[in-house]
Amino acid sequence: MTFVQFCFYVFSAILVFAAGMVVTIRNPVKSALFLVLAFFSAACIWITLEAEFLAIVLVLVYVGAVMVLFLFVVMMLDIDLAVLRAGFARYLPVGSVIALLLILEIALVMTTSFGPGEFTAPGAHPADYSNTKELGRLIYTVYVYPFEIAAIILLVAIIAAIALTMRKRPDSKYIDPTKQIKVDRNDRLRIVKMKSEGDKQV
Amino acid sequence: MISLSHYLVLGAILFGISVVGIFLNRKNVVILLMSIELLLLAVNMNFVAFSRYLDDTAGQVFVFFILTVAAAEAAIGLAILIVLFRSRRTINVEELDSLKG
Repeated sequence: MTFVQFCFYVFSAILVFAAGMVVTIRNPVKSALFLVLAFFSAACIWITLEAEFLAIVLVLVYVGAVMVLFLFVVMMLDIDLAVLRAGFARYLPVGSVIALLLILEIALVMTTSFGPGEFTAPGAHPADYSNTKELGRLIYTVYVYPFEIAAIILLVAIIAAIALTMRKRPDSKYIDPTKQIKVDRNDRLRIVKMKSEGDKQV
Repeated sequence: MISLSHYLVLGAILFGISVVGIFLNRKNVVILLMSIELLLLAVNMNFVAFSRYLDDTAGQVFVFFILTVAAAEAAIGLAILIVLFRSRRTINVEELDSLKG
């Protein structure tokens, strides 16, 4: 067994274990932490596939940003776990049977059509090969239009997330600066013309 | 030597586990979102494996775009979840049965 094989089996075992814990564990916070472990092991497997840039992006973007977002939300919500877990055991047999069938069917196709005889791994890239450079070359030339669409999608996501969660708080003492600047003298001051009463001595 | 089918079967196992997760946690929207993330990871695993064994970097570009869309989906999904929890005080799917906000 070579070192790469050893790494593959160890990280796959961790990945499958972590994924199983994500869907079965009781506490959503622990579930999010196991998802972090799953993503991390997946990144390690991607490194054995010589996709170094994507492995680092998976760790930085997923573990660093998306999972922290999940943790924030899980901790912010005050969830009644007992209600949410009701019927968990009832659906376990059906779910596992369907998943087993699914895995067996896919595995049957995968092992017969994509076995070692059909696809042999190309040799490792030379030491001066840069995965990031190659990806960048593709993204900024061939895939530049999809890349711009991806940027728009991210912008839409930012605006949507902010617009959805922003709310007016009536109890806050915040003053809108634009309203403050636009204030006119006539809004606040009223000059009343009165007849002077000059002939009366005080 | 590890063959392509090793990676594909690993992806299939991940996919199966996530499908079980969707079955088991039908009521908890947070775990449902996490299961969807796992589904996308399984698909990405296949893309990266094919990209390596066919020696074509285009597969990795696709993973890049899937990651972008998945991040956007997670951000908007969680924002909707927070708004939902603020108005209904629950994230139980069975109780979310009215269209009125």
